[in-house]
Amino acid sequence: MKPRTMFEKIWDSHVIHEEAGKPSLLYIDLHLVHEVTSPQAFEGLRLAGRKVRRPDLTFATMDHNVPTADRFNVKDPISRQQMETLTANCKEFGITLADLNSPDQGIVHVIGPELGLTHPGKTIVCGDSHTSTHGAFGALAFGIGTSEVEHVLATQCLQQSKPKTLEVRVVGDLPYGVSAKDLILAIIAKYGTDFATGYVIEYTGDAIRKLTMEERMTVCNMSIEAGARAGLIAPDETTFAYLKGKRHVPQGEDFLAAVEQWKQLCTDPGATYDHYVEIDASQIAPQVTWGTSPGMGTDITSTVPHPDSFETAAQRKAAQDALSYMGLTPGTPMSEIKIDRVFIGSCTNGRIEDLRRAAEVAKGRKVSSHVHAMVVPGSQAVKQAAEQEGLHLIFQEAGFEWRESGCSMCLAMNPDILQEGERCASTSNRNFEGRQGRGGRTHLVSPEMAAAAAIAGHFVDVREWKREGVNKEVFQ
Amino acid sequence: MNPFVIHTGLVAPLDRVNVDTDAIIPKQFLKRIERTGFGQFLFYEWRFTADGQPIDSFVLNQPKYANSTVLLARNNFGCGSSREHAPWALLDYGFRVVIAPSFADIFYNNCFKNGILPIKLSEEQVQELFSRAQSKDNYELTIDLQEQVVKDSDGLSYPFEVDSYRRYCLLNGLDDIGITLQYEDKIAAYEAKKRA
Repeated sequence: MKPRTMFEKIWDSHVIHEEAGKPSLLYIDLHLVHEVTSPQAFEGLRLAGRKVRRPDLTFATMDHNVPTADRFNVKDPISRQQMETLTANCKEFGITLADLNSPDQGIVHVIGPELGLTHPGKTIVCGDSHTSTHGAFGALAFGIGTSEVEHVLATQCLQQSKPKTLEVRVVGDLPYGVSAKDLILAIIAKYGTDFATGYVIEYTGDAIRKLTMEERMTVCNMSIEAGARAGLIAPDETTFAYLKGKRHVPQGEDFLAAVEQWKQLCTDPGATYDHYVEIDASQIAPQVTWGTSPGMGTDITSTVPHPDSFETAAQRKAAQDALSYMGLTPGTPMSEIKIDRVFIGSCTNGRIEDLRRAAEVAKGRKVSSHVHAMVVPGSQAVKQAAEQEGLHLIFQEAGFEWRESGCSMCLAMNPDILQEGERCASTSNRNFEGRQGRGGRTHLVSPEMAAAAAIAGHFVDVREWKREGVNKEVFQ
Repeated sequence: MNPFVIHTGLVAPLDRVNVDTDAIIPKQFLKRIERTGFGQFLFYEWRFTADGQPIDSFVLNQPKYANSTVLLARNNFGCGSSREHAPWALLDYGFRVVIAPSFADIFYNNCFKNGILPIKLSEEQVQELFSRAQSKDNYELTIDLQEQVVKDSDGLSYPFEVDSYRRYCLLNGLDDIGITLQYEDKIAAYEAKKRA
């Protein structure tokens, strides 16, 4: 048999029907649903008199609209209606819902892996572009629109044209003090926000193998910011150790049998990708974005670029527009940019390891007097785990607000929102104009960089703090 | 879904790269539970000030481009969030065609589900269309999906590529779910095999 990539193996095993000149009909193993992109899909089912074909393969939660301070007090009536609509739809169609009362509630891409719903080799979709997160397990996971949500609800299938494959090989070791977030931001800064459009990325190489599952999720999460349909990382012992014992993962003998199957998913020796790039992890420094697109980023040791330094007229105009929106002057050292707000959380960086790394930086220090900082756990389970470890106390003593789980200020569909002109160090995934609030200025960074910026009041090279020997345990 | 066969309309040139779906329809307007009514919020933060006054310099607020139905844009249009509210807003505002050198995948796909035709042309061709739309009054394009060509009244004629199946569905306004349900036997057989 011809050697195949991991993507091809997963694809082939899910094709139900193929016909020349038409998209393939692909079976979907897991459909995650949230309150924002589903109401019109359920309405469509009702209008057509259709049912949900496999409620048992469908799982819902509410995350985008959820207030993170006083969570049961949803003041915005339209937000409340959207959440109530999800509750009613799940009841009507027999779908399991982790609502605000559930200990399982959280950001949809945090709870899928946490509950063990995400397995290697599965096809996973959700009406949310950051569904790519689940690719960290070797699942083919991608975001879909609401029409497709309706299609999957009705048929458990999707019509899909086969994407191309792109290997992103990460050689070398990430230097100490440099995180998975810096790695993915550096990849996007180097190759651009559309370099992977039409492709599924498979991340390979030593540096990827050394990442924990949560770090792999951070990398795969932002694949969409490179334009990719999905990101994939081959499952290995790290993956199996993470999954073992999770609620929706096979147990005992069945688990061992599943692991044997999962091991078969890896790309065969000799299989080829449609495209290939290689990046040296050892050359990456902590990243800070300066513009309004995730690719507009640079090293913390660098300066705000001059629009003239870009190659094409379109890039120069984009840089000019971005700097004007961001209120930045070319040549300013990144470390001199002062901030007003800090947001630590999101489906990119709202997991327990992220909070640990931020807490290590914050420990025994104080948030700068002019900064309003908050930490928003990605799920109720993350919140509980953090509180068991006492992380919430570290944050609170340092002056961070400790919140309830939700999407929060990643997209500001809830009360967590930037005011006009406010500048934020954010561990989220998008620095688009207005993303965190009209006129808000977002700089994407890692959790440890965000925590350090909260304390210093401006961006700092968190590696130097380590060199000073202040937080010995941070980067081990 | 309304079929798309041929369309003639006024062109609005939106001269920005990487226009994301947050810009197309900001998050505060995603809370509606209907598919309609999003047009009033299209490009809201570029169209209106914080207190709701129109921003005159924004292309769609210029009288010259009022009632345009063909949107001209730059690279990577529709990047970011998967929200289908973006094509819903474009459609509800009146756009039936978006022309750009490249589109983000999910947005591109979502357009076809809603009777909007996204057309990829080369950067040079798009630049030429920008020049014409910006310099002429009432610049119109005719988009013929049957013939797969973009034309103007001055003899410009650009053929474009579109996946034959997507074209077929758009020309006929076909419902995807109905098509898939024709394969019910195969879906059931796949599920039975998986359960075994």
